[in-house]
Amino acid sequence: MTYLITQTLNGLFSAALLFLIASGLTLAFGVMKIVNIAHGSFYMLGVYVAYSVILRTQSLLLGALVAIAVVAAVGFVMQRFFLRRFGSDPLPQMMMTMGFALLFRDGALMIWGGDPFTLQYPPGLSGSMEAGEVVFPLYRLFVIVVAALVGVALWIVNEKTLVGARLRATVDDPEMAAATGINVARLSGLVFAAGAGLAAFGGVMGGPILGGYAGIDFDLLPLAFVVVIIGGMGSLKGALIGSVVVGMIDNFGKALVPELSYFTLFAPMVVVLAIKPTGLYGRA
Amino acid sequence: MAAPNGWRLAVVVVVGLVFVVGPLLFSSYWVGLLTQMVILAILAMSLDILLGYTGLPSLGHAAFFGVAAYAVAVLATAYGAGFWACVAGGILIGTLLSAAFGLIVSHVRDVYFLMITLALGMVLWGLSYRWIPVTGGDNGISGIPRLEAHAGLPFAGPVPFYYVTLLVFCACAGLMALLVRSPFGLTLRGIRENEGRMKSLGFNTWLHCYLSYVIAGAFASVSGVVWAYYNGFVSPTYLDLTASSELFLMVTLGGPATLIGPVLGAGTIVLLKNVMSAYTARWLLILGIVYIVTILAAPQGVWNLGRRRSG
Repeated sequence: MTYLITQTLNGLFSAALLFLIASGLTLAFGVMKIVNIAHGSFYMLGVYVAYSVILRTQSLLLGALVAIAVVAAVGFVMQRFFLRRFGSDPLPQMMMTMGFALLFRDGALMIWGGDPFTLQYPPGLSGSMEAGEVVFPLYRLFVIVVAALVGVALWIVNEKTLVGARLRATVDDPEMAAATGINVARLSGLVFAAGAGLAAFGGVMGGPILGGYAGIDFDLLPLAFVVVIIGGMGSLKGALIGSVVVGMIDNFGKALVPELSYFTLFAPMVVVLAIKPTGLYGRA
Repeated sequence: MAAPNGWRLAVVVVVGLVFVVGPLLFSSYWVGLLTQMVILAILAMSLDILLGYTGLPSLGHAAFFGVAAYAVAVLATAYGAGFWACVAGGILIGTLLSAAFGLIVSHVRDVYFLMITLALGMVLWGLSYRWIPVTGGDNGISGIPRLEAHAGLPFAGPVPFYYVTLLVFCACAGLMALLVRSPFGLTLRGIRENEGRMKSLGFNTWLHCYLSYVIAGAFASVSGVVWAYYNGFVSPTYLDLTASSELFLMVTLGGPATLIGPVLGAGTIVLLKNVMSAYTARWLLILGIVYIVTILAAPQGVWNLGRRRSG
């Protein structure tokens, strides 16, 4: 029982990180029909930038803020000058993001070197919490709570604000949305930059546990894609549910059958695709 | 595929000459590079059937190449299988896998196809990486016997191996060229251009897409088998996303739906990779720039430059 609770909490921690990464990926997909191979790189850049800032200023908060701002700016520039010109043609967009993913990976290696590192824990969160026999690290709980708050914030923006209404309209039908006067190109830039910033924030949150190392970008990318495929491309609710499903399966899979850990992710994806090719909450 | 004219004809003649007589003149380093080019050209052409002719952008195509190579490695080292068993096993396992995956992916299109093939490819990569008892994990599998020894050929060395590879290439290229000109190939193009219309004309578009996927997987497996013998070693890097997207770049750079374009693309990438990595460790940076420049300057590929997409 203790084991089960601990693993569930671990699974929720993975789900929290995945949600931070996948929510940006799925929204960018919904608006731009883009398969963003560089999305894992945004996570990676987030950890690295935060690491540099924290090393110099000793401030975790500043590190997180700078990381989000820098990576969101990178995302905005990428969208504005390299992706917007292709409209929503998925192939050139995908190739472009692949090129950037390679640039970011090698650039990070050039600037920060290949040594793995972890970020420090925020003060007061490095211990663990005991409830009966269950011992659980406080920081993981903290990440779960923060991701939940981000989820609520995204939900409010998406459902209750004008930007959210425009966003939903564009996901549903970009042409009609443009015809009603929504500036789809600017909205795309905004969503892409916000998604990049969210992924960077995910990197900062995951930093004390997963840390940063060369290759973390492509380690997380497939997980994020599986989340988006299961949840349905373009759907926030789908990203949430997909994250929990993938986080749980990944954790229990790794604990129970470590050799097949990637393979255990595959089964739910196939089941979902067989029943509903567009994912649980996706629209064709 | 229109008949080559002007500079295209010149390119075909020069490249053809280099492929045929080059190995007799070059050093063994260059013979090795040519061998790589020819093997990857088969792979790039197989993706072209899917991507160029059928319009199905697979981002997990390197998986079949890798799985076939792994099959040869496992059969040869762990089971001590003979040459023909390894060849047949490699091609069969790769093809069966594509037949299984095809069932999952053949009803999705466009960007969904891209995402799902990407995820499937990553799953196989994960399997090769973590299923250590069979695949050796990160270390890969070494000790695949030399082709000449394994097949009992009377000659040995890189030059004969190259010509064996070239023979395989010619056979595969011929078959693929026949395929894309056949009624089946024309139907594939029809599906690429307008699936709804093909459907209403009575074509079973699902079946055509499925067969196209399996055929592409079969040719990719052939190139994987040859690669296993060429390299004598397999590792998870053959299956990863970088490999699949490099393959994608070969086709896009050369020109989709031409078959010749992807051959040139494969040659260019192999050449760039080896020449650049001799001078700089920043090879990935340069590859990234090649992606970006290709998409900006020649989105339809070099072979299609200056003409409308002929299909």
